[in-house]
Amino acid sequence: MHQKVCVTAIINDEEVTFLCEPRQSLLEVLRDVLGLTGAKEGCNNGNCGACAVLLNGVLVNACLVLGVEVNGARVTTVEGIAPKEGLHPLQRKFLEHAALQCGVCTPGFIVAAKALLDRNPNPTEHEVRHWLAGNLCRCTGYDKIVRAVLDAAAEMRAQRQPT
Amino acid sequence: MATVEVIAKDNTGTTNGKSYSVIGRRVLRPDGVDKVTGRAQYGADVKLPGLLYGKVLRSPHAHARIRAIDTSAAEQLPGVKAIITGKDLPLAEDKVAKSGEGSVNYSYLRQNVLAQDKVLYHGHPVAAVAAVDIHTAEEALALIKVEYEPLPPVLDVLEAMRDDAPILLPGLRTRELGEVVGDKPTNIASHEQFARGDVAAGFAQAAVIVEREFRTNTVHQGYIEPHNATALWNADDHITVWTSTQGAWDQRRDLSALLQVPISRVRVIPMEIGGGFGGKFALYLEPLAALLSRKAGHRPVKMWMQRDEELKATGPTSASVIRVKAGARADGVITAVQVWMAYEAGAFPGSPVSAGMGVIFAPYRLENLLIDGYDVLVNKPPAQPYRAPGGTNAAFAGESVIDELAERLGMDPIAFRRINAAKEGDRRADGPVYGRIGYIETLDAIAAHPHYNAPLPAPSAPYIKVGRGVASGFWFNWDGKSSASATVNPDGTVAYLEGSVDIGGTRASLAMMLAETLGIPYEDVKPMVGDTQTLGFNDGTGGSRTTYGSGIVAYHLGQAIIQELKKRAAALWQVSAEAIQVEGDRYICGDRQIAFKELAEKLDETGGPLSVSVSLDTKGAIPGFGTHVVDVAVDTETGKVTILRYTAAQDVGRAIHPSYVEGQIQGGVAQGIGWALSEEYVYDDEGHLLNASLLDYRMPTALDLPMIEPVIVEVPNPNHPFGVKGVGEVPIVPPAAAIANAIYQAIGVRITTLPMKPAVILKALGRI
Amino acid sequence: MQSFSYVAARTLAEATAILAREGDQAKCLSGGTDLIVFLREGRRRASVVVDVKGIPELNQLSYHPQAGLTIGAAVPCHRIYSDPEVTAHYPGLIDAVALIGGIAIQGRATLGGNVCTASPAGDAIPALIAHQAVCVVASPEGTRELPIEQFFRGPGQTVLGTGELLVALKLPPPRPRMGAAYLRFTPRNEMDIAVASAGVAVALSEDKARFAHARVALGAVAPTPLFVPQAGEALINQPVSEAAVEAAARAAQAAARPITDVRGTAEQRRHLAYVLTKRALWRAIERARTDGKERENGKLERGG
Repeated sequence: MHQKVCVTAIINDEEVTFLCEPRQSLLEVLRDVLGLTGAKEGCNNGNCGACAVLLNGVLVNACLVLGVEVNGARVTTVEGIAPKEGLHPLQRKFLEHAALQCGVCTPGFIVAAKALLDRNPNPTEHEVRHWLAGNLCRCTGYDKIVRAVLDAAAEMRAQRQPT
Repeated sequence: MATVEVIAKDNTGTTNGKSYSVIGRRVLRPDGVDKVTGRAQYGADVKLPGLLYGKVLRSPHAHARIRAIDTSAAEQLPGVKAIITGKDLPLAEDKVAKSGEGSVNYSYLRQNVLAQDKVLYHGHPVAAVAAVDIHTAEEALALIKVEYEPLPPVLDVLEAMRDDAPILLPGLRTRELGEVVGDKPTNIASHEQFARGDVAAGFAQAAVIVEREFRTNTVHQGYIEPHNATALWNADDHITVWTSTQGAWDQRRDLSALLQVPISRVRVIPMEIGGGFGGKFALYLEPLAALLSRKAGHRPVKMWMQRDEELKATGPTSASVIRVKAGARADGVITAVQVWMAYEAGAFPGSPVSAGMGVIFAPYRLENLLIDGYDVLVNKPPAQPYRAPGGTNAAFAGESVIDELAERLGMDPIAFRRINAAKEGDRRADGPVYGRIGYIETLDAIAAHPHYNAPLPAPSAPYIKVGRGVASGFWFNWDGKSSASATVNPDGTVAYLEGSVDIGGTRASLAMMLAETLGIPYEDVKPMVGDTQTLGFNDGTGGSRTTYGSGIVAYHLGQAIIQELKKRAAALWQVSAEAIQVEGDRYICGDRQIAFKELAEKLDETGGPLSVSVSLDTKGAIPGFGTHVVDVAVDTETGKVTILRYTAAQDVGRAIHPSYVEGQIQGGVAQGIGWALSEEYVYDDEGHLLNASLLDYRMPTALDLPMIEPVIVEVPNPNHPFGVKGVGEVPIVPPAAAIANAIYQAIGVRITTLPMKPAVILKALGRI
Repeated sequence: MQSFSYVAARTLAEATAILAREGDQAKCLSGGTDLIVFLREGRRRASVVVDVKGIPELNQLSYHPQAGLTIGAAVPCHRIYSDPEVTAHYPGLIDAVALIGGIAIQGRATLGGNVCTASPAGDAIPALIAHQAVCVVASPEGTRELPIEQFFRGPGQTVLGTGELLVALKLPPPRPRMGAAYLRFTPRNEMDIAVASAGVAVALSEDKARFAHARVALGAVAPTPLFVPQAGEALINQPVSEAAVEAAARAAQAAARPITDVRGTAEQRRHLAYVLTKRALWRAIERARTDGKERENGKLERGG
C-alpha cells in the first residue's frame, strides 16, 4: 500500500480535505470516504455513466478519475444539484414524467443532463439523446427521460425570459 | 426542432362498472425525491461500523476439476480477515424448493455459489476473501493458488445433446416427460411435450406449410446496479443480510437451507434495487458474505460485483435452437403447428424452455399441436429468469413463421392473426383455458393506429431500405402470495408496509389502490417496503405479479381498515357497526356522517390504535397480450438496422398508474430491441467470455432508440378488484420477431438468428 | 487495484526524468480513460503514475494560418471540438474527437492518450494521418518529431523509448479547397469501438473538378492504424467522380489486413474499409466544395 495523500477540493460548494490512496478512484472517495453515495458504480470502467459528476464544470465519469487528481478542483455530484429549497427543475421533471423506474441510473442522468443544459439551454431531441448516450438506462427505454430533459429545458428557458 | 409534449393525460374513468378518483392518475412516486437527489439507499450504499470488504476468486476455465486450493499466502497478507472455499459451505440436502415462478435445487445452488470439485463455467466462484478494504481483498485473490485440471467444455446446445459430448454433471439423468428413464450420463436435464389433436392430419389440410430453424444467442438482464450484499453473522448466530433482491423471503428461505440455520435466525433486508428483470432472485454473494462475516469474527462484510463478474457469472438467459413447422388453409386458418426447441440451461438444470413452449403459439387457437422442449446443460453460467423467461426466443421463431404464413397466403399480417386469435374459453398449449383475455383488442388497436396506416418513411439514401413488421406476444402473468400491514395515523394518513420490493414504481401503484379503496387522497397513504422480520411471506417482485397480487392485498387491507373504522363510527354514535354505510371517505348512519380523517382523529376515544395486516395467496391472474409494429431502415452497405418508429399495444387489464405502465412497455421494448439487434455473449472455443463489459456487451443507448409509443388497451380482469392483469413481461416478447419481419419487408431475406447484427445482415445480403 | 504512487509533474523535464528513471514501471496519466481501466484490470502495471496534464506544453491549443495547429497531448477532446478555429479548419479531426466514447469520456480523454494507447481502432489516429499530423516527442535529451503514421509498432505499442513523452501533435494548415472526414462503423451509435474506420482528406483543384491532394487512412483493419498512400494517389489529378472514388475505396480495401475478433469479422472489416472510405471521401469532397462553410455553425455531424 502506498502512503495516503492529503487532498483538498471543493465538493458541492464546500471545501473538503480527505486522505486517499493514489489508486482510489474519485468514485470510491466520494462513496466510501466522503459518504456521498449518490454517484453509483454500474460498470467501473466508463461505459454506463451511473457515476457521472462534474469536474470543474465538465461532465466526467468519477470511476475514471483518481481521487488524488481532484486536488484543488471543483466537484459537483447529484447531491449538489438541488437548490437549498426544493428541487432542480430536472429533478422535478424526472418525477413528473416518471422518467425513472429503479432509479439507480437517475443520479448520473441528472448530472449529465444538467451539464447539457448548462451548455445548451435549447437542445433538440437528437442532441439530448446524443449527449446522454454515455448514460445507460435499462428500465425506461429512455423515452420518458428524453421528454423530462426537454421539458425541464423548456421550463428553465421560460423562467429566464418571462413573456 | 423537437416539440416538448405536455405530460400525458390522466386515465381515470370506470372499470368493472366502478369509477375511480385515484386509479388512473399520474401521481408522483413517494420515493421519488430520494431517488432524484441521490439519497436513496441501494444495497451498495450500506455502511456499518467495522465493515469489511469481500471479493470473489473466479474460475479462469469454463470446465475443470479443482485439484487443490492453497490460500496460505493470501492469509498472510496484512488486512485479510477471512478466506472461504467450497468446503466452508455446509453440505446441502438434494432438495428442491419452489421459488418464485421456478424452483431451486439446493445441491446445485451450493455448487454454484462456491464451486466444490468442479468449475463449470468461466467465472464460477472458487473462493472468497474479506479484508479491511476492497483493494487488499483483491490483492489477496491474486495470492490464492488453485490447481485445475482443465476439461473440454461444451458451449452449444446442439453439441451438448450429442452422445459424445463432455458431461457437466456426471450424476444427471434425463427427466423424460416428468420421469427419470435410463441411467445414461447426459447433459439433457429434461424433455417435455405438449400435444393436442393430430398434427399429421392438420398438415394434410394445409394449403401452405412453413418450416424453419431459428437460433438465439445468450443475453443478459443488464440491470445497471450490480449484485451486492452486506451480511452480519452475529455472535448469537443470527444473520442479517442487506441486499439488492427481487425476493427477500425467497432469499431468507434459501439462505436458511444453504447455511443450515433456522429460518428465524435469518433476516433479509431488501434495499432499494437498481433493476432486476428476473436476474435478482438467485443467491450469489449473500451466503459468501455471511460465511465470511462469521469467519472474520462476526464483522459485517460487504461485497459487490464488477461488471465483468455480472456478465460472466450471473444471469443470463438461455441461448436456444427452435425448429418450427406450421401450416394454414387458404382461408387463413392454422391447421397444425409442430415445434422442437432446445434451451441452454447453463451449468445446472433450469432453462425456461417450458415457458417458451407455452409462449410460442399462445396467441392462437390451435386444434393440432405438438411441442417438444429440451433443457440442456452447457458450460455457461446457470440461466436465470429474464423478463418473460424464454418468451422472446419463442416468439422470435413463432411470430416469424406466422408472418411468413400470412405472406404466403397473401394476407395482411394483422388480419391473418385476427382469424386465428385466441379468445376467452380457448385452451392454451400447456392446458389451461383462457379467461377474459384481450389479444384481439391489441390487434384491433394496432390495425387502427396511425402508425400501421401511415406510408413507410422514405429511405434517406439509395443504399437504405425500409420495412415494417408486426408481431404479437403473450405472457402467463402471476398472482402469488403477498403480505402487508397498515396503521391509521391520527392525522388521517395511513402508514402502509408492504412486502414487494419496489423495482419500478410499485410503491405508488399499491398506495393508489389502498387510497382508492379507502376513498382518501393518494398523498395520505405513506408506503414503505418491509423486510422478512416485519411482514409475512411475500413472493418476489417478478412474473408481472406485484400490482396484481400485492394490489389485491392492498384492497383487502383497505377493506379491513374500513371494517375497523365502521366499528369506531358505531362506537361514536352508539349504534351497531352493521348500521354504518361507507361512501368514499364518508362513514354514514342515517343523517349522521363523519369523514375518514375526522374518524382517525378520534381513534383514541373509540378504542385506541388501529392496525391491520393481511396475507393472501392470491389467485386469478389472467395472461397478457401485446401486438407491436415497427419501422426499420436497413443500411445495405453496412448491415446496420435502425429503428425508425415503434408502437406497442398491450392489454394490461387496468392501468393503475398509466406513466409506469407505459414505462414498463417502453422498457420491455427497449430490451427486446437490444436482444434483437446487438446483445449477445461471445465465447471463444475454450469457453472464455470475450465481451464481459458494457462496451462490448452492447445494450442500446439513448441514441440507438426512437421514442416508443405505448398504446394501453384495457380489458379488465374480473378477478382483480381494479381489473389489473400485469404488464411487465409481455413487452419484451414481440420485438425481435417484429423487427425480423420488418427487416424481411425491407430486404427480402428472413433472418433466423439473434442478434440480427450487421455482419449477419451483410451475409444475408451476400455482401460478405 | 494495484498500488502505485502518484506524481503531478509540472515541467517536461520533471516528467521525462521520472519516465527515464522508472522505465516501464512509470505510466503517464492525462485523461485516464484508458490508463485507469488498464491499471484496474491489471492489463498494465505501474509503480508510479505521472500526471502530465499540468505541464504547460501538453496543454497548448493554438492555431495560426501559416503555422497550422498545435494540440498538446493532454488537451481533452471537449476542448478541441469546442474551439471554433479547429472546428472550421480540421473537420476530420473534429469528426473523430467528437465520437470517442461519450460526452463524459470526451470531458477527460485526450488526443495524446488516444495516440499513445495505440489501439488499431483508435478513432483520432486515421483522422490525424489524413491531416498529416506530426508527433512532437520529448525526452531528457531533447525533442524529436515524426509523422504520426510512423508512431505505431503494433497493437498497444509505439516507438516511444524509455524516458520519452508525447508532447503535442502538429497539424499543417489546411490547403485551399480542402475537406476532410472521419467515419467509423459501430453497431451502436455511440459508446462503441470502431469495427472499421476511415479518415480521409482531399484538396480540390481551383475549378473544384479534380483532386489536387488526397490522403486516406484506415482504422481497425491492421495491427496499427493504416496509412494507405496508394488510395490517395489513385485520386490525384483525377476528376471528382464516382469512378475515381470507387478506385480509391477499392485500393483502401485491398490494403486492409484485418483479423476476426469479438467486434467483427475479417471479411466484414474488409468490406467496411471499402464502404467507409467511399462515404468518407464523398463527405470530404462535399466539405472541400463548400470550403467548410457547412461547418461554420459548429454543428457536428455523426458518422457511421
